[in-house]
Amino acid sequence: MVSVAPTKFAMARTPSPARETRALPNPNEGHAMTPTLSLFLIASAALFSIGLLAALSRRHAIFILIGIEMMLAAASLNFIAFWRFGPQPQQPTGVMVAIFSIAIAAAESAVGLALVLAVYRHYRTTNVDQLDQLKG
Amino acid sequence: MNSAAFFVITILTLAAALAAASLSKLIHAALSFAMAFVGVAAFYFLLGAEFVGLVQVFVYVGAVAVLIVFTILLTRREQESTGAFNWGGVVVAIAVFGGLLWAILKTQSLSLAAPEIEPLTVKRIGEVLMTDYVWPLQCVGLVLTAALIGALILVMEEKR
Repeated sequence: MVSVAPTKFAMARTPSPARETRALPNPNEGHAMTPTLSLFLIASAALFSIGLLAALSRRHAIFILIGIEMMLAAASLNFIAFWRFGPQPQQPTGVMVAIFSIAIAAAESAVGLALVLAVYRHYRTTNVDQLDQLKG
Repeated sequence: MNSAAFFVITILTLAAALAAASLSKLIHAALSFAMAFVGVAAFYFLLGAEFVGLVQVFVYVGAVAVLIVFTILLTRREQESTGAFNWGGVVVAIAVFGGLLWAILKTQSLSLAAPEIEPLTVKRIGEVLMTDYVWPLQCVGLVLTAALIGALILVMEEKR
């Protein structure tokens, strides 16, 4: 394994000089001003926390679904960022996980909104604090 | 990768997400939700995953936001009391964000710049979807069909 890793790095790095010459007019290229991976992770963590805030502090069921969708989007953003900054961007693994996660999130939101509609028909409310029939 | 674009997108996305989490009117919150997901799609464009960004715009802004608006229209009978805001949720969210921020800033290997990569074409995504990821693709198709049928059954009027 240890002997394989340097060759992979070499293969990944070989196309870079040709592109750096093309990207020379941009003075910010390779500078500290370009956003690093940790900046993307911080943005994604902030989005996740806002989603958590919406899911925990609101009473309305639709807001809770919106918060869950935001948390899922933050996770997909992390996958894409790690794919883009990772050592092997030739394999689109993070992109695939993000696509499947978007599909699953769409199915989840459709079922969740149908549940909100069914609960509203039964209880005439969408406030989750009033749905306490299972409370002992 | 432009850093000005990154900060503009970040501020836009987080402001729209905060508006979606805190506005009291449901319709305004749903539109802010769509705005926040446009911002997330802009993040994907910035990161070089254009196909995922387009899928994000189609699915979230096109379908899920419209679904949320329709659900709001179908359920809005009483205006829910917005006075009782749960401060415990705010504390938990700030604690989680602080913990994540501490972990990200403490990890030294995360402060790396983006390498130059080949642009990811839709052709390549299609090839990978049809070869390596064909079983997950079929399973997602099954899940979407089951979710469609389940949502229909949940919403269908009960005939007596």
